[in-house]
Amino acid sequence: MDFLNAIIVLFNFTVIPALAYGSQLALGAIFVTLIYAVLRFANFATGDMMSFGTMFAVILTYYFQSLGFGLGVLPTALLTIPFAILMMILYMLIIDKFVFSYYRIKKSPPVQFAMVSVGVMFVTQALIRIIIGPSDRRFLDGEKFIIKATEFKEMTGLAEGITLKSTQAITIIVTLIVVSIMFWFLNKTKTGTSMRAYSDNEDLALLSGIDPKRVVLITWVIAGILATIGGVLYGLDKSYRPFVYFNNMLPIFAAAIVGGIGNPFGAFLGGYVIAFAEIFVTYAYKRFISYLLPEHLEPDSLLQLLSTDYKFAVSFSILVIVLLIRPSGIFKGKVI
Amino acid sequence: MRNYKNVIAAYSIMIFLIILVGIFQSWSIALTILNYCLISAVMTIGANIQWGYAGLINFGIMGYTALGGLAVVLVSVEPVKKAWQVGGLNILACIWIIVAIIFVVKFILNRFDKSKLRNYSVASVILGGIILLRVTAAPGIEAIESVDPAKTGFLGGMGLPVLFSWIFGALLAGGLAFVIGKIALGLRADYLAIATLLIAEIIVSIIKHEEWLARGVKNVIGLKRPAPYEIDLQTSEWFINLVTKFNSSKLNLINSISDKQEALNQMVIDASSVYVKLCFTGLFLTVVIILLIVTQKALYSPWGRKMRAIRDNEEAASAMGKNIVKEHLLIFILGSAIVGLAGAMMVTNDGLFTPGSYRPMRYTFVIWVMVIVGGTGNNFGAILGGFVVWFLWVEAAPIALFLINLFTSHLPETNAVRVHLIESAPYFRFLVIGIGLLLIMRYRPQGIIPEKIIKQ
Repeated sequence: MDFLNAIIVLFNFTVIPALAYGSQLALGAIFVTLIYAVLRFANFATGDMMSFGTMFAVILTYYFQSLGFGLGVLPTALLTIPFAILMMILYMLIIDKFVFSYYRIKKSPPVQFAMVSVGVMFVTQALIRIIIGPSDRRFLDGEKFIIKATEFKEMTGLAEGITLKSTQAITIIVTLIVVSIMFWFLNKTKTGTSMRAYSDNEDLALLSGIDPKRVVLITWVIAGILATIGGVLYGLDKSYRPFVYFNNMLPIFAAAIVGGIGNPFGAFLGGYVIAFAEIFVTYAYKRFISYLLPEHLEPDSLLQLLSTDYKFAVSFSILVIVLLIRPSGIFKGKVI
Repeated sequence: MRNYKNVIAAYSIMIFLIILVGIFQSWSIALTILNYCLISAVMTIGANIQWGYAGLINFGIMGYTALGGLAVVLVSVEPVKKAWQVGGLNILACIWIIVAIIFVVKFILNRFDKSKLRNYSVASVILGGIILLRVTAAPGIEAIESVDPAKTGFLGGMGLPVLFSWIFGALLAGGLAFVIGKIALGLRADYLAIATLLIAEIIVSIIKHEEWLARGVKNVIGLKRPAPYEIDLQTSEWFINLVTKFNSSKLNLINSISDKQEALNQMVIDASSVYVKLCFTGLFLTVVIILLIVTQKALYSPWGRKMRAIRDNEEAASAMGKNIVKEHLLIFILGSAIVGLAGAMMVTNDGLFTPGSYRPMRYTFVIWVMVIVGGTGNNFGAILGGFVVWFLWVEAAPIALFLINLFTSHLPETNAVRVHLIESAPYFRFLVIGIGLLLIMRYRPQGIIPEKIIKQ
């Protein structure tokens, strides 16, 4: 019976990774939901757009490293994010100008938009693979850990340690900053209000003199910021592999829908819901339980609800359940 | 009449291109491409039924394809008796538990009114059932997977001829579509797309990780074939005689007997692979033609008109007394069954089942591009789309390589840009497909061969 150790095991292996992963999903989910609310389509190029932004960060990181620039203990990639965001926004605006704007003016049905975004997905994926290739790349430098398990054990004298990777801390902090600035922007500024008005009722917004072009432009700018930061944080935490980003699109969609598509705050929380569910369901509780139970009752099996192979399947099942019971999501969707 | 000319012209160009590949690369490659074109055509017929006839957006094509492939393993592989002895009972028990869970849930849902208590009891029944399942299945699965893991380690199939698996694959996919349709068809178009995409991903991950079922990522190789094997052909008298007859003029030019024998051997090897592929082509062509006739008849039947009416205006069709939910479910099942059939055909053609290779890019989105490019709502168009897009998908890399070499020929061999571009030649297929899709969506949204409505 060792309550403290049990809590620390749980914290180390589930809560911290889930918070970091959830933040990455949350940024992507807000991106999806914003595009859905303002431009009114499900963007199937989400994952690849995130990958595209990250690609610039990776290339610039290598470039800066060769020049000898750096942030010391922090990863160089943080320095490259603003440039990567600029490139990303430029790419998105080009895509919007040549692809999406035509369908927006024609007021095409959302299905057609979705198919067009599939086309964009193919093109983006091709560009990424042609520019940087499909291989696995690590671009993390600087200090790797904030707290190491051994140090923590020495410090507290407990049997279990907490490991906090610097990428996890950076992910959580950056996400909180970005998301709070974005919510402040959406709720308090005039431009943000006009975006919400446009999302709620397009015709009424046009009547009251809101410039649709400006709203669309700002949406893409915010989308570019979210996509790039989300992508870079994920790449720092795991590694940059273009293919993985495409797969990440699926839990991101799940997060956006679970939170109520079109609702940024819902998407934000949806990211954490999905991340915590994935990790809690696939975590093996053997060590956690063995601290709580007397020694002779120690369990033999891993006490895992599902094997980690089914990580994605968990989030998709949650999505299916939410769609069945409450299609508008946990928080009512379609209000930005 | 002009429409038919379009169709004939488009198909002639396509066949001409495949013949060009035969002349410039090799006949074996050309036939491989043709076979895959035919398989893609079956998939596009399935997707077109759903999208073109009824306007249902199904991004779960990958799942049904994988299920069709699974059917080939389940039907054609010989049963592994030892695995059945050690773990069969547990698996059978699990199936009964699943059936019991479904019945109990159904009973609760029918018997009691909507309330919080009912929701909680349904959830607890499902959760309890899953735990029971895991407890029952775990020892059985472990035992099965430890039976000669390098070769089997799974239950095996029924040991029937492989052609049965095509029907079984269609049934399996249709059955799954029934379940998914019941769950997801009420959703709005883009929600449906996302939901089906994710459900397909779940199916593939189950097939990948349940090794007792079909060896998962360890793959099943050496599946049965409906066509003769190359090795058998190469040693059979009649086949060698046939090849000699065909190539007699070439062989007569060679004087020395040993050279002649060598040339003949090479010819027999080449001819055997072509012959096998031709057998497959014949089978696939039969399937495509049967499907084409049936779907074409269906499209212009009262049923087809009803489907188009529902697609174009749901409310109006509903007001005319058409049962939209039922019709959508039916068409979802039909389309998915055809995709399942295509999945089974593909695995039969390859002779191996590799669950790890099922990716949404290749098996969902490329198929969708085929349908959109070819022409939604028109079966001839959908099939043509399958041909064109598959052809581009395969031939984009060699063409890109040729163009890169052409445009960078003034650069030295070791130039970094040139080397990089040549290395990334395979990825130009994504670019070609993506730009093709965007152009078609923009300038010819109805596809190469548009839908044709016959006024009756």
